[in-house]
Amino acid sequence: MRTMGERVYGLIAEFREPGAVVAAARRAREAGYTRMDAYSPFPIEELAEALGWRTRGRLPRLVLVGGLAGAAAGYLLQYYASVIAYPVNVGGRPFHSWPSFIPIAFETGILFAALTAVLGMLALNGLPRPYHPVFNAPNFALATTDRFFLCIEAADSRFDLARTRQFLETLNPSEVSEIAY
Amino acid sequence: MSAPDLTLRTVTDKISSIVLKRRTPAGWYLGFAVSFSLLMLLLYSVGHLMIRGVGIWGVTVPVGWGFDIINFVWWIGIGHAGTLISAILLLLRQEWRTSINRFAEAMTLFAVSCAAIYPVLHMGRPWLAYWMLPYPNTMGIWPQFRSPLVWDVFAVSTYATVSMMFWFVGLIPDLATLRDRSKHRATQIIYGILAMGWRGSAAHWHRYEVAYLLLAGLSTPLVLSVHTGVSFDFAMSVIPGWHATIFPPYFVAGAIYAGFAMVLLLAIPLRAVYGLEDFITLRHLQNMAKVMLATGLIVAYGYLMEIFFAWYSGNTFERFMVTNRIRGPYAVLWFALILCNVLAPQILWWRKARSSPALLFAVSIIVSIGMWLERFVIIVMSLHRDFLTSSWGMYYPTVWDWATFLGTIGLFLSLLFLFIRFLPMISIFEMRTILPEAEVKEAGHR
Repeated sequence: MRTMGERVYGLIAEFREPGAVVAAARRAREAGYTRMDAYSPFPIEELAEALGWRTRGRLPRLVLVGGLAGAAAGYLLQYYASVIAYPVNVGGRPFHSWPSFIPIAFETGILFAALTAVLGMLALNGLPRPYHPVFNAPNFALATTDRFFLCIEAADSRFDLARTRQFLETLNPSEVSEIAY
Repeated sequence: MSAPDLTLRTVTDKISSIVLKRRTPAGWYLGFAVSFSLLMLLLYSVGHLMIRGVGIWGVTVPVGWGFDIINFVWWIGIGHAGTLISAILLLLRQEWRTSINRFAEAMTLFAVSCAAIYPVLHMGRPWLAYWMLPYPNTMGIWPQFRSPLVWDVFAVSTYATVSMMFWFVGLIPDLATLRDRSKHRATQIIYGILAMGWRGSAAHWHRYEVAYLLLAGLSTPLVLSVHTGVSFDFAMSVIPGWHATIFPPYFVAGAIYAGFAMVLLLAIPLRAVYGLEDFITLRHLQNMAKVMLATGLIVAYGYLMEIFFAWYSGNTFERFMVTNRIRGPYAVLWFALILCNVLAPQILWWRKARSSPALLFAVSIIVSIGMWLERFVIIVMSLHRDFLTSSWGMYYPTVWDWATFLGTIGLFLSLLFLFIRFLPMISIFEMRTILPEAEVKEAGHR
């Protein structure tokens, strides 16, 4: 439910300790909120868990596919060049000399897998994204130093400006604020 | 981490202020001026090479691989320690790597940049370097994929790309810190663009960690494959002293050995100049010294086995290769190699020696020289006297060989000076994770 006038992205609570934000995330999830995110200056394993992300997600599978595709592409390139496009007869040795094609297939496999890991991570994270409403939160610049934040988004079906604020206040935050789009 | 007053804020302040607030030390300007002059020397010698051709170097028949290949192998080997620290030690959960991985990775990138110049210059017509790449062309030809030299093209370019990505991904959260802490509009915008809008979201961190771990897992076999590939350049030939199955592991160990020496050479002055003793502690130096000692012993084993194989093979040429190393015209370099790489590092068995930064610095210089000599011994001493006495010869580097070598040192140091001035040389966010303050203490849960 949205208030009249200015569109609200969500409500954000600020915490001073990693333990507090983890506890808050857990409580919010228990209270039935789903559309939320936490912000911290370093990765916190417990936080991901508290927010309900227990699996590693899609990335490992994508990287595996990327790596296999890269290795296959590298191998096929060599096959095409050495067997079809430009066969060089060296004393009758086979054109399809597969053992000598392995090192390059290995390298292209690694290259494609690494590219998939980096570009995939950025794409799934929606980066680069220079502007995000959460940057409007007071003290948010400290989210890259020593502050921790939990944001419940207005898109959540249980979101209600007054009641959600009340709920966040119970989690011992140092501050709760409304963020505009 | 030693000092008890280290908190999320002080750690962030201390590392980011080197870039954002603190006055650039006078030594930085001096160091950069010297490095930049050497870089200009590189440009000059490469310019001269482009005009006159590789004849300005000492390479000729029978020694067609001289300083160019020696330095290529030396530089790329140095790079390997960076990947080892950032990837392999991460997978082995060695937390102490956190203080040194950032600049070790930077060192990797810069060393690979220096290395990659050499094979290109060595081709004689560097402007045709793109012929090494497979692409459909009007000449109707393709690279010879059975050649280790072509494998190297792929290995080194993949290595450079992956190292760059690994380094950059590691930098993203720290770039966001710099963006949020800088006071000037211009730096905010520049770091802001580089940070790509990183906001420390838990969802992002979650994926970030998965990606980082995957990159570490991919870099580990990659780094081993790169120096294995480099060693194949030699091992797949029939030259006595090159054609040996021990080359891949022995080259990889040598690379790590040289690389750790270089990390120490950089870490010891950096921690002193920037007062980073709380982050790069004696324990870090000691651990690196231990890795150096261990890899040094593997290298020593390699030297021993080269001699043993030559004798055991019963092959006249292999046996002569060893005699020529020990008693030939370059014997003094072989003895210098044994002194630098085998004898000198034995002092690291003593804890006292490992605890003295000055002594570690000295040993690291000796090892760096030793690893350079190793490549000289392997490359020049094998080529200059192979099968036919009628085609023996000597190799003498010219002033241009030295100028190019010094020039790449200038390139390496210039990049390094720029790096420590404009980017955080220690990974801030990873340092945060190992602080006591970062521990999650939940009231009433577990």
